Amino acid sequence: MNRRKGDTGGAFEYAYKAEITNIYSLTQNEKLYQIQICDPDLGDRFTFKPGQFVMLELPGIGEAPFSISSSPSTTGKFELCIRKVGNLTNFLDKVQRGARVGISGPFGTHFPVEQMVGQNILLIAGGLGIVPLRSPLLAVLENRSRYGQVDIMYGAKSPEQLLFTYQYEGWRRFDINLTVTVDNADQSWDGHVGLITEIIQPRINESASLADTTYAIVCGPPVMFRSVCNMLMDAGLPMGKMFVSLERRMHCGRGKCCRCNIGSTYTCLDGPVFDYWSVMNLKEAI
Amino acid sequence: MIFKVFPKKKLSSLYELLAYNIVVGPILKGTDRDGKSLYDFDVVYGFDELVLGYTSTIHSAKRFVLPYQENLSSFEISASDWQKNTDINVYKPLVFFGMHACDINALNKLDMVQAESVYPNPYYIGKRKSMFIIGINCTPEPQCFCQSMGTDTALHGFDLFITDIGEKYFVEILTSQAFELIKKISGKEPSQIDHQRYKHVSSQKNKLFTTTVDSSDLTKILDLEFDSKAWQIWGDKCLSCGTCANVCPTCYCYGVEENVDMDLKGATKTKTLHSCNLLDFASVAGGHNFRPESATRLKYRYYHKHRGFVEAFEEALCVGCGRCGESCLSDITPAEVIASVRNEV
Ligand SMILES: Cc1cc2nc3c(=O)[nH]c(=O)nc-3n(C[C@H](O)[C@H](O)[C@H](O)COP(=O)(O)OP(=O)(O)OC[C@H]3O[C@@H](n4cnc5c(N)ncnc54)[C@H](O)[C@@H]3O)c2cc1C
Ligand code: SF4
Ligand code: SF4
Ligand code: FES
Repeated sequence: MNRRKGDTGGAFEYAYKAEITNIYSLTQNEKLYQIQICDPDLGDRFTFKPGQFVMLELPGIGEAPFSISSSPSTTGKFELCIRKVGNLTNFLDKVQRGARVGISGPFGTHFPVEQMVGQNILLIAGGLGIVPLRSPLLAVLENRSRYGQVDIMYGAKSPEQLLFTYQYEGWRRFDINLTVTVDNADQSWDGHVGLITEIIQPRINESASLADTTYAIVCGPPVMFRSVCNMLMDAGLPMGKMFVSLERRMHCGRGKCCRCNIGSTYTCLDGPVFDYWSVMNLKEAI
Repeated sequence: MIFKVFPKKKLSSLYELLAYNIVVGPILKGTDRDGKSLYDFDVVYGFDELVLGYTSTIHSAKRFVLPYQENLSSFEISASDWQKNTDINVYKPLVFFGMHACDINALNKLDMVQAESVYPNPYYIGKRKSMFIIGINCTPEPQCFCQSMGTDTALHGFDLFITDIGEKYFVEILTSQAFELIKKISGKEPSQIDHQRYKHVSSQKNKLFTTTVDSSDLTKILDLEFDSKAWQIWGDKCLSCGTCANVCPTCYCYGVEENVDMDLKGATKTKTLHSCNLLDFASVAGGHNFRPESATRLKYRYYHKHRGFVEAFEEALCVGCGRCGESCLSDITPAEVIASVRNEV
């Protein structure tokens, strides 16, 4: 990871001015924000890859990283799904359509969906992990015929915390196997109850050889990575074919503040998307 | 490199030639409770204020390129919109009169991250580029281990570097501005004897180091000893105060905060130096902290300096100045920490 070679320049305090054009409430704590770069010329230049993130800034309030959750085939506009947890996100929860924010980025590495062409894909998400996963999913759906079997396995705490429920039928129509599990069910729930690993197990048992046929994208809380990735490894999936997205504190997104640093690795520059091999070789990563 | 010599008494003329700029140099700040002199870099107003035989300064030269606090941007805010203003021209030309080799090397290391890597930091580059640096050879102190870190001599990152060889200063010249200045104070070609004196001074200096740190294979050893009990022992002593990072010439971690003006018409975005030893360094929204114990945070500081940075830039992020150990209230010194981790106490 020699950072002195092949480096390019980049703007430091530059932010696109962008407008929140639509806001949808997904659950009690999460909203989906549609965001459009104000200047159309700059918008044309704003492209991103699935798994990348932006820094969103509210003047006077703060700046924080958020994964882009929409399809990478659009330019100049995108969607962020944001959970209210603190200063900035609570403020965002109250803003109205038309509010203007600062966007810098996109930053970071991405899920290599081009590399996955011709293969089966396992998309495994826990909780808010479905947010960064939706972008590669939409990229795959737009080229559905180029991929093999696509499975989404998604776990949330309770049915009312499931995100993007209104899109499940649409995904299934594209020949996607969607399995959902919750930790705590209520009367309305007739799906699976239990850990995410319980819904992954049957799927990997039925496939003869994961090694040559399959890629996996895993995204969720830190505790989930190890159990899920080790399970896939035991089933024969090489570490280099599993991708995870890590979360760290970030104040710059540009490899300067060191807040996201793990040893030699900056989560903002070298991540947030890593293959599991790199993560396994990184002390303290998960 | 071009070598020259000039008579010692000409140093004040060199100062006068540069004094139309802001000059920063080592000055006496007071004494500690044992009566030992305390020096720090600060703006000087006359040649006599400079104490060129100073022992290591309390703070490093870092604060002149990475201030403790710095405004990144300001905002003008109206009801429906806002405007972001960023002024990166926040520097003045600065002459640094008398910087030790370790501190010059520290700036060179900061350059790798701040100026030569992706997303160069213009706030840093502006200040760094407008510095004229006069280096000065020093005498090792008990806490110095720059020799172990390969930073006891500086190869670049200064304009001229002077060494006391008795009646004269021996000068290494790196820039054309420096060359012209030395011409003005009638610098001469060094004689055979001057060369010998210079080599003698250098070899005498090499013998004076008392602290050594074995940094060989440290990248691997730190990995092997990730779970060493040593971290716990030092961690238990550590107060998580962040003083070590504050005085360190190479620590550059920071945090960002935004504040709205009282009249609600503006806001500022401010960057403040932080430390990985502070409790909230790696805490994320929702309350999770990736390094909740002081032991993991202290360990992390060593990991970043002696492993991570080496992996990324092929050298350590420590120049062996010993400031962190000198200022630590718990007497935690890098030499002892590294030795104990190597030996797995
Ligand atoms: C690569 C990446 C992608 C992310 N994607 C999403 C997403 O799609 N949706 C979502 O809801 N959340 C996402 N997060 C988490 C999100 O960044 C935090 O929830 C957010 O920073 C909280 O900000 P706050 O001011 O509301 O919280 P507070 O706790 O009040 O945080 C105060 C300050 O601390 C910093 N900070 C706190 N937590 C984090 C954190 N986890 N990461 C970085 N900085 C932090 C911020 O600079 C913030 O200004 C992502 C985090 C990362 C690192
Ligand atoms: S090592 Fe010493 S100076 Fe550094 S944080 Fe711990 S107690 Fe403070
Ligand atoms: S870690 Fe300590 S010895 Fe090394 S450069 Fe920083 S202050 Fe000096
Ligand atoms: S977010 Fe600042 S270094 Fe990664």
